Amino acid sequence: MSESQPENDGDHLPKPVRLSPEVQASLRRYWRSNVKLMVVLLLVWAVVGLGCGVLFADALNAFQIGGYPVGFWFAQQGSIVIFVLLILIYAMSLNGLDAKHHAEIESLRKRSEEASK
Amino acid sequence: MTVRGWTFVFVGITFGVYLLIAWLSRVRDTKGFYVAGRGVPAAANGMATAADWMSAASFISMAGLISFMGYAGGMYLMGWTGGYVLLALLLAPYLRKFGHFTVPDFIGDRYRSELKVGNMQLSLTRLVAVIAALFVSFTYVAGQMRGVGVVFSRFLEVDINVGVMIGMGIVFIYATLGGMKGITWTQVAQYWVLITAFLIPAIAISIRLTGHSLPQVGLGAEMLDGGYLLSKLDQIHADLGFSSYTSAFEGQWDKANVFFVTLALMAGTAGLPHVIVRFYTVKTVRAARWSAFWALLFIAFLYLTAPATAAFARYYMIDSLQEKTAQEMPQWFTNWEKTGLILWLDDGDGKLRYSARDDNEVFSFKGGRIEVDGTAVPLQQITASHQRWLTSKGAEGQDWRPEFRRANLSGPDRDIIVLATPEMAELSAWIVALVAAGGLAAALSTASGLLLVISSAVAHDVYARMINPAASEKNRLLVGRSVIGVAVVVAGLFGIFPPGFVSQVVAFAFGIAAASFFPAIVLGIFSKRVGTFPAVVGMIVGLAFTVSYIIASVYGDMEPWTFGIFEKGINAQGIGSVGMLLNFFLTLALTPFCPEPRKDVKDLVDSVREPEGEALGAEFESTPKH
Repeated sequence: MSESQPENDGDHLPKPVRLSPEVQASLRRYWRSNVKLMVVLLLVWAVVGLGCGVLFADALNAFQIGGYPVGFWFAQQGSIVIFVLLILIYAMSLNGLDAKHHAEIESLRKRSEEASK
Repeated sequence: MTVRGWTFVFVGITFGVYLLIAWLSRVRDTKGFYVAGRGVPAAANGMATAADWMSAASFISMAGLISFMGYAGGMYLMGWTGGYVLLALLLAPYLRKFGHFTVPDFIGDRYRSELKVGNMQLSLTRLVAVIAALFVSFTYVAGQMRGVGVVFSRFLEVDINVGVMIGMGIVFIYATLGGMKGITWTQVAQYWVLITAFLIPAIAISIRLTGHSLPQVGLGAEMLDGGYLLSKLDQIHADLGFSSYTSAFEGQWDKANVFFVTLALMAGTAGLPHVIVRFYTVKTVRAARWSAFWALLFIAFLYLTAPATAAFARYYMIDSLQEKTAQEMPQWFTNWEKTGLILWLDDGDGKLRYSARDDNEVFSFKGGRIEVDGTAVPLQQITASHQRWLTSKGAEGQDWRPEFRRANLSGPDRDIIVLATPEMAELSAWIVALVAAGGLAAALSTASGLLLVISSAVAHDVYARMINPAASEKNRLLVGRSVIGVAVVVAGLFGIFPPGFVSQVVAFAFGIAAASFFPAIVLGIFSKRVGTFPAVVGMIVGLAFTVSYIIASVYGDMEPWTFGIFEKGINAQGIGSVGMLLNFFLTLALTPFCPEPRKDVKDLVDSVREPEGEALGAEFESTPKH
C-alpha cells in the first residue's frame, strides 16, 4: 500500500522557503489536524478498552450477544478488533493528510520559485 | 511416525530455513546491522514485529492464564494489544522520522546533557535510557532462552541445557551474521510457523465442540450437545467452587487492579525498546504507520484466538476428566501425566475429582518442590508412596494431597492448555509436533529482537556515541557483532542457570517501561517546552518508585497500598500505572520552573513532527567518519 505512493524522504526545502510564513502556517495546520484526530481516536481507545472492557464490564455483562456476556466480549474480543480498526483509520487518514500537506508545500515552493525568477 | 519423529522433522526444517535466511541476509554496514538498512516493507515489518512481540509466554502460557482466570485474563489481551494503539498514534511515526538506531538515541538527543571528557561524549540521559533498556531486555530474554530449553526437553526428550545451547547456537549465527536484517527476515518466517501452530489446534477443537470453524464464533456459540459454551463453563465453575468464568471482578481481581494492570501493560508495551526499534527499519514515516497496523493485525490473529482456545480447553479438560476412573482416562492425560504438568492423586474412591475445594485431586508438579525435612522429594517417590497409601487403605505410604495444597500446586499447570490442546482434539502426531516448532519460533524470535536491543545499547549508545565517537564504520560494526555474540552467550547462561527472580521480574518489565520510557518519549514529541531536568527527574522518580514498590511488596512484607480509595491494595503488576502518572505529573509540574530546551532541540522536535524531508538528527548516520 505504502510503496505505491511517491517517496518523501530526502525532499529538502530550501531554508528561506521553509521559514516563510505560508509554509509555517501550513505546518501548524497539519499538526493541529493530526493532534485533533489523535485525541478523538485515543478517546475511543480509552472508552472501549478501559471503559467497556474494564470499568463498565460488570454492568455490560447483564446483556448478551449470542453466548457472550457483553462485558466479557469487550474484554476478550471486541476491544482487540476495535484497536486494529483504530490504527487502520489513523494510518489511512494521516497518510491522506500527509499527501494534502505535501501538495500544499509543493504549490508554495513553485510559487516562490516563480517569484524569484 | 511418532510425535518425537515429527518434532525432529519440523524443528530440523524450520531451523534450516532460519539459517538459510541468515546467510541470504548477511550485512556489511551498521545501518544494515542495526536497522536492516531501513528497507523493510511495511507488511513484512508488521509480521516481524508480531513475532518479535509474541514470546514463549504469549504462545504457551497466555491461553492457559486466561483459562484459569476467565474474565480477568482479558487484562493481558487488552493490555498487550491496546499498547499498539499508543505506539501507532504517539510514538512510531515520529521516532521513524527522527531516524537513528535506538531508543536511548532519541532520549539522549531530545534531552541534552552532554559532558565532554577527553574524546568521550558522556550523556546522563542517554545513560539512564541505556540502563533501563538493558534491564528490561535482559530480564525478558532470560525467560525466552529458558522457554527454548523447556520446549526441547518436553518434545524431544533432550536435556533442558542442551536445548538452550542449540537455541543459542542458532540465534548466534543469524544475529551476528545479519544483525537486524537477518533477525527481521527470520522473524517473518517465525511468524508463520507460530501462527499456523497456534491456529490449527484451536480450529480443530472449536469444530469438535461447537461445529464452528472460526474459534471466535465458536466461543460465543451453542455447543453441539446443546447450551452456550460460556454458560456451561460458568455453571461448571460454580459447581466446582471456582469463581465464575465470565463474570467480572469476582475472586481476587477487583476493578481497580484490573484497570491498573491493563493500563500498565498498555503503556509498557508502547515503551518496550525491542518493539520500538522495529519501526526504525521501514522506509518512510508513512510505512511506519502502516507497519503498526499490520503488526497489530497479525498479533490479533493469535490474541483473538487465545481466549477461545482457553475456554474450549478448559471445558474439554474438565469434561473429559471429571468423575472418570483410571480405565476411562483419555490418552492425552496419560501422555502429559509423565511431564508432571498434571497429576491425579486419588482420595480412594477411584474417581477423579477436580475442584477448588479441599477434595480436589488434580495437581501439578512442574517447577514445584515438595520438601520433607528440607530435602526435595522426587515425583516418582511421591506417586509411589501415594499409591501405597491407596492400596493399603491408609496403613502404609502417605496421602500427599495436603502437601501439594500447602505448596500451592493444586490444579493442572496452566501451560498444559496450549501444549495438550492438539491431543485433546485428537489431532495427528504431526500437528502436535508443529506446536513444538511454533513454541520454539515464538521464543527464538523474541530472544533475537531483545539481543539486538542489548547489542545496540552497548555497541551503539555506549561505545559509538559516548566512549569513542570517532570510531570508524568498520570498527563500529565489529563492536556491534561482538557485543551481540557476547549477549547471546550471557542470555544462554541465564537460561541454563535461571536466576530465581527472572520469571517474576518479566511480568514487571512492562510496569518499569511504562514508568520510565513512555512519558519521556511522549512528552519529548508532543511538548517543546519540557526540558532535560524535569524529564530526568520524572524518569528517575517513576522508575525508583515502581521498582521499590515491586521489591517491597513481592520480596518484602509490605502490604499493597490502597491509596486510601481502593478496597484492595494495588498489585505489583499494576503499580507501573501509578509510576507513570507520577512521572507525567512531576515532569509537567517542574517544567514551568526550569529553562526551556535549546533552539536546536526545538528544531529537532519540529522536524520530527513534520512529515516531509529528513529529520535534523539524521545527519549523524549520513556522515559517518571514516
